[in-house]
Amino acid sequence: MSPGDLAAVWLTLKLATVVTLLLLLVGTPVAWWLAHTRSRWKGVVAAVVALPLVLPPTVLGFYLLLLLGPRGPIGQLTQALGLGTLPFTFAGLVVASVLYSLPFVVQPIQGAFAAVGSRPLEAAATLGAGPWDRFFTVAVPLARPGFLTATVLGFAHTVGEFGVVLMIGGNIPEKTRVVSVQIYDHVEALDYAAAHWLAGGMVVFAFVVLLALHLLTGRREEGR
Amino acid sequence: MSAPIRARFQVAFPGFELDVDLDLPGRGVSALFGPSGCGKTTCLRAMAGLERRARGRLEVGGEVWQDDALGDFLPPHRRPIGYVFQEASLFDHLSVRGNLEYGQKRGGQRRRDGAQDGGLAEVAELLDLQPLLDRRPATLSGGERQRVAIARALLAAPRLLLMDEPLAALDLGRKREILPYLQRLHDELEIPVVYVTHSPDEVARLADHLVLFARGKVLASGALGEVLPRLDLPTALADRAGVVVEAVVSRYDGHYGLLELSFPGGPVQVPHGLVPVGSRMRLQVRARDVSLARSRPVDSSITNILPATVVAVGAGDSPAHVMVRLDAAGTPMLARITRRSRDQLGVEPGMGVWAQIKAVALLA
Repeated sequence: MSPGDLAAVWLTLKLATVVTLLLLLVGTPVAWWLAHTRSRWKGVVAAVVALPLVLPPTVLGFYLLLLLGPRGPIGQLTQALGLGTLPFTFAGLVVASVLYSLPFVVQPIQGAFAAVGSRPLEAAATLGAGPWDRFFTVAVPLARPGFLTATVLGFAHTVGEFGVVLMIGGNIPEKTRVVSVQIYDHVEALDYAAAHWLAGGMVVFAFVVLLALHLLTGRREEGR
Repeated sequence: MSAPIRARFQVAFPGFELDVDLDLPGRGVSALFGPSGCGKTTCLRAMAGLERRARGRLEVGGEVWQDDALGDFLPPHRRPIGYVFQEASLFDHLSVRGNLEYGQKRGGQRRRDGAQDGGLAEVAELLDLQPLLDRRPATLSGGERQRVAIARALLAAPRLLLMDEPLAALDLGRKREILPYLQRLHDELEIPVVYVTHSPDEVARLADHLVLFARGKVLASGALGEVLPRLDLPTALADRAGVVVEAVVSRYDGHYGLLELSFPGGPVQVPHGLVPVGSRMRLQVRARDVSLARSRPVDSSITNILPATVVAVGAGDSPAHVMVRLDAAGTPMLARITRRSRDQLGVEPGMGVWAQIKAVALLA
């Protein structure tokens, strides 16, 4: 692999790690709210979270570009704060990826929280555990399979994205050029050998991750 | 501490209404009894603070836990309670010991005078849990899980123990396995217990105080010995109506295998194994097992024939029957006889009769 390929792999891993951590932080409260709320806004929020599942990545990337760009409302805000604009930066990639992978993290956690139900939390409350206490000592440990699935899917999905990255990040070496874009470049340049190295690597990575997920969650169920 | 429990709750949601005003004793087991859907579980959840839609007032041992008129509401984790759910609701990610310690650690903060302060070893011994301590809840039987749940609630140092049909989800065999533990708790616990059930048998075995529920309202509330013999209540117990008597073992006839139990108006003799003289036992006499005679039967095979006075005659559970309330030297009893027998014998209040007891059930 060329130094450019290695840089792309490194950047991809860095992006996926940062995005996954942010998604767990942002997605957990959203998942909790969706699993427990009786609000009539639940349907609306659930639909917004699920949008990236059905929208073409280019649509998401296009609107993000407008919002985050120099004339977009968020772009104006980031400029006023002295942060510059986000498109075509690593930070911009992170923001776009968080939105794009949100459903892959929120939905498994939401499902796990719903499966835990309110009974164990009520039991914890009657034993003297306050709201935060019972969240961290009962809800999260019991929802662990959901968190595991969410982490793996969030990471893998971020590694595998292309359209949003191209729209928001462009193709800047060592800044926004991730593996999927690098493969695209190799193919454009008819350098199939180089493309094979990266593309084949991605296939192996995806397969290993999904297999590991299956084995991990499967073993948990048997242990029950 | 034996200051009483005062609970007043109102809940209304579509198709259901609860409106109760209860005074419960500060010691012993108070059974909330009634058919399913009558509001007894909602009432119990309201006492725990788990049913936020329940508005009202709750005072336990002189402390106000909830008074919606003043905007006071103590959340469940600040109420010094133990709660046993119908399903054990153990934490599957913790071992049995982890489950027990969960409440113990947190309950320590609310441990004050009067609180049950059992150590883990002591409570584990009471419920025979030592061999299970390192097991996972998922590997336990239903009865074992419920015993762990009871121990977990006790270790949270409650000043009030709330139990919601703890036996209802168990099959008959498991029920028989748990009941002795509950009876042991009944004898050893110093805190009040509120026990929701729809089983007349559990009421007879465990309750000291009985609250009859129907359609979200309290029909009657009082000591077990006062509520059971009442004739004015629609017999929720139907053909299982009867009285529960606290008696003392006074003699054992080894030749015939009969145990003699004494109580005011007694004694009675019951086929049973040896029990030390002086032991306290609960016995149940059902109305359908009591018949009446005007003069003392002399050639009857029935062993237990007690003199009594008719107090009142009320409606029976079928048009052909009447329910007769008796007084046997201070012990109230019920007899279910046919309307025809009442007319033939001329049974009326004040009359002296002989109560022939065909069967006595020993409950503990």
